[in-house]
Amino acid sequence: MVRGAPILKRVGSLPDWALLLFAGLVYLFLYAPIFVLMFFSFNSARSTQVWEGFSLRWYAELFRDQSVLDAFYTSMVVGVTATAISTVIGTLAALALARHSFRGKTLADSTIYAATVMPEIVVGVSLLAFFVAVQFQLGITTIIIAHVAFCISFVTIVVRARLSGMDRSLEEAAMDLGADPPTTFMKITLPLILPGVMAGALLAFTLSFDDFVITFFVAGAGASTLPLKIYSMIKFGVSPVINALSTVLLVATLVCILGGSRFFSRKEE
Amino acid sequence: MKGRRISRRDFLKRLGAGAVAGSTLTVLSACTVDTAPRQGGDGGSEGGGTLNLYNWSDYVAETTIPGFEEEFGVRVVQDFYASNEELLAKLQAGGTGYDVIVPSDYMVEIMAKSGVIQELDMAKIPNFENVGENFRGLPYDPENRYSVPYQWGTTGILYDREEVGEVESWDAMWDERYAGRIAMIDDVRETIGAALMRLGYSINSTDEGELGEARELLLEQKPLLRGYFASTEIVPLVESGDVLLGHVFSGEGILATVENENLAYAIPKPAATRWTDNMCIPAGAPNPDLAHEFINYILDAQVGADLTNYTYYGTPNEAALPLIDEELTSIPEWNPPDEVFDRLQVIEDVGEATRDYERIFTEVKSA
Amino acid sequence: MAAQKGVDKGRGWSLGLAGLLAPAAFWLGVFFLVPLLLILAYSFGTSGVYGGITLGFNPENYLKVFDPLYLQIIVRSTVIALLNTLICLAIGYPLAYFIAFRGGSWKTALILLVMIPFWTSLLVRAYAWVVILGGNGLANRTLQFLGITDGPITLIFTPQAVMMGLVYSYLPFMVLPLYASLEKFDARLKEAAQDLGASRWQTFWRVTFPLSLPGVIAGSILVFIPSAGEFVIPDLLGGSQTVMTGNLIQQQFLNARDWAFGSALAVMLAVLMLGAILIYVRRIGTDRLEGV
Repeated sequence: MVRGAPILKRVGSLPDWALLLFAGLVYLFLYAPIFVLMFFSFNSARSTQVWEGFSLRWYAELFRDQSVLDAFYTSMVVGVTATAISTVIGTLAALALARHSFRGKTLADSTIYAATVMPEIVVGVSLLAFFVAVQFQLGITTIIIAHVAFCISFVTIVVRARLSGMDRSLEEAAMDLGADPPTTFMKITLPLILPGVMAGALLAFTLSFDDFVITFFVAGAGASTLPLKIYSMIKFGVSPVINALSTVLLVATLVCILGGSRFFSRKEE
Repeated sequence: MKGRRISRRDFLKRLGAGAVAGSTLTVLSACTVDTAPRQGGDGGSEGGGTLNLYNWSDYVAETTIPGFEEEFGVRVVQDFYASNEELLAKLQAGGTGYDVIVPSDYMVEIMAKSGVIQELDMAKIPNFENVGENFRGLPYDPENRYSVPYQWGTTGILYDREEVGEVESWDAMWDERYAGRIAMIDDVRETIGAALMRLGYSINSTDEGELGEARELLLEQKPLLRGYFASTEIVPLVESGDVLLGHVFSGEGILATVENENLAYAIPKPAATRWTDNMCIPAGAPNPDLAHEFINYILDAQVGADLTNYTYYGTPNEAALPLIDEELTSIPEWNPPDEVFDRLQVIEDVGEATRDYERIFTEVKSA
Repeated sequence: MAAQKGVDKGRGWSLGLAGLLAPAAFWLGVFFLVPLLLILAYSFGTSGVYGGITLGFNPENYLKVFDPLYLQIIVRSTVIALLNTLICLAIGYPLAYFIAFRGGSWKTALILLVMIPFWTSLLVRAYAWVVILGGNGLANRTLQFLGITDGPITLIFTPQAVMMGLVYSYLPFMVLPLYASLEKFDARLKEAAQDLGASRWQTFWRVTFPLSLPGVIAGSILVFIPSAGEFVIPDLLGGSQTVMTGNLIQQQFLNARDWAFGSALAVMLAVLMLGAILIYVRRIGTDRLEGV
């Protein structure tokens, strides 16, 4: 590691060119597969490996495939519902945990952390066993229930982090001025923690929209989500339609991220 | 067991229509508008509403579902499963919301025993008379109280004729010359069954010694394999030349041979699997009347023929036979002569021994 | 503590607090804890041949977990998960370091670029490798183009492909927490260390790395846990030849109809994971205290 003195003096520097090269390679590793995937979505042949010419046929194919559209719709319904429910429940729990100490708090904390680190396969099979035991019909409802169960903890953790960094003096001032707790909450607390709540909701939606493992076990009639559909497409009929679908999803994700980051940066100001 | 992929031929047919759709955006917006109001297939049980079909992947012809929807003014929602056991696990969660399911032979017996399917009302299935004698009263449901056959097929070997030559028996799947270019089906009963049959035993053997021999044989084969896959994953591997010998289901195997004349499908000696998939109605199905209508519809001669002309699997529907494409009927593997048919074996439930099978397969796969 | 006055209701329970906690307690209680207790109960039961379970106290399922065949699968997938964690750390740390200290005004964009794959379906990312590593895929073509190989070689459906898929899928989970902890880092600490005569390596190991430990811990947990229970990637990239604990559990539930044994495996996995976290956090935690 002996190199020229001037470089040594610069704070904490590994050789910059090496770091830069390394970072570049990692980004290549992260993105090359995605670009290859997108590239072959425009292939005119059925192959996902050999390029034969440009065509949009797989996109046409994709948008005429009713089952893909159904799956997308199901995923949206599940994602939005699960996000709404888990954001409310998780925010309430975060308020309780950040501001109160009570007997059983350790249990509450541990449960919330355990739910975030429990392997998905364990959650999936245990929920399947549970729904079978109570004879609860598998379907979109069970998917939503399961998604809410694993999203609550993430929302709680994110919102709680925001709450712990929050200045309480504004709330106290409002209370001193005679505002009742609900008013204080709606007028002061909620606006202050809103970025945290939004971040929690975004995380919940992402987790729900992408979840495969848990959904795989608890899905039932008429409730194939997009990941389930993608899985069966990969397993039972590889064609560039999957590439086209992936490309559409990626572009949609990008648009949402860019839009979202605009929104957040405005909020922060 | 089955699971089909959309054929290339079929893509060509659709290509014309696809070319019309110019820009992605137009298509996107058009479709979003189009589909929104049609949604809500969450098991609506009002008469004539929705039929929930739980099926193997890509196992209906393109016209099958739209035809039924049109004729009965209903909507059909289809979900897919990858194994009979997955289907069973989902059904055990009580009324699952499905109206029609398509389990394979031995699973019908298990489901009937465990009460997850209901008895059929044959009075509502007049087209049952179209079902051939060979496909009535099969051992797993001797009086057709619970099931009506849907499609049938064999499990054999799809191979590259130029590289491998003619394949007649399972021995080819153990041939060291093709090391690394052989693929077996990721299915306990089929793959252990192949080993048992190669040894000359019954595919339903529960004899410890025989199963032990099968295990040895599979362990011996393991280093030669590319892997264990769904049959639908194996076909493209054979088509691209990655794999020379693939263990596949007859429909997709035969389809591949039609599309590529270098490929051939063999029903190996000394024995191979013959399976039948069946339509059943789960206990507590939300729409049993419509389910009976659907079963009856499938047994229609023309509908049955369309199904087979698309899937390339065999049809139990005798009335449909004259309407099957000649391209198919001329293939001996599609319509095996008696001497071949007689050496086919049917997978039955092995009860307690199921666990031994699972253990052996896990052991072989993780070796 | 004065700031806690007014809103905080103190150490006890109140109606308001109960109202805040009740929905979460209900949901997590009924749909997380009860199901876990259920499979704990099932793990001591006996599976019926057709899928039902008779409850009881049957230790057989746990004895079966220690059957060399299954134990070896569990051990092997733990090793795979561990290896995945280490590789992600080895790749992720320099990257996070680069973004945090060399990113400048590009920081946000650079970290966003790491997060985008995380927002993409795991299945899609695994599928991308199916395409690349295939017989005629980009990887094989590149190797042939460079003259390294003559013809297509077997890249996919190998344990290496599974490893590759795991690293690819979980790398963002490692980089994000690492970046978060490095980004908070006060550069003056490094300057101080160097002013006191520490070399760059010394500065890194004595100052930067210990301070980034929370990120290392969080990242390792986020990578280790899900990869130990993974069943999709071995399924899609391993040709079913790399059996991991997740595949084994799934098989027991959806193929073997042996829910009791499947439950025992699931309980084992859960205990193993939670145990690993506890030990890890404790161990690293104390080491860190000693170091400071």
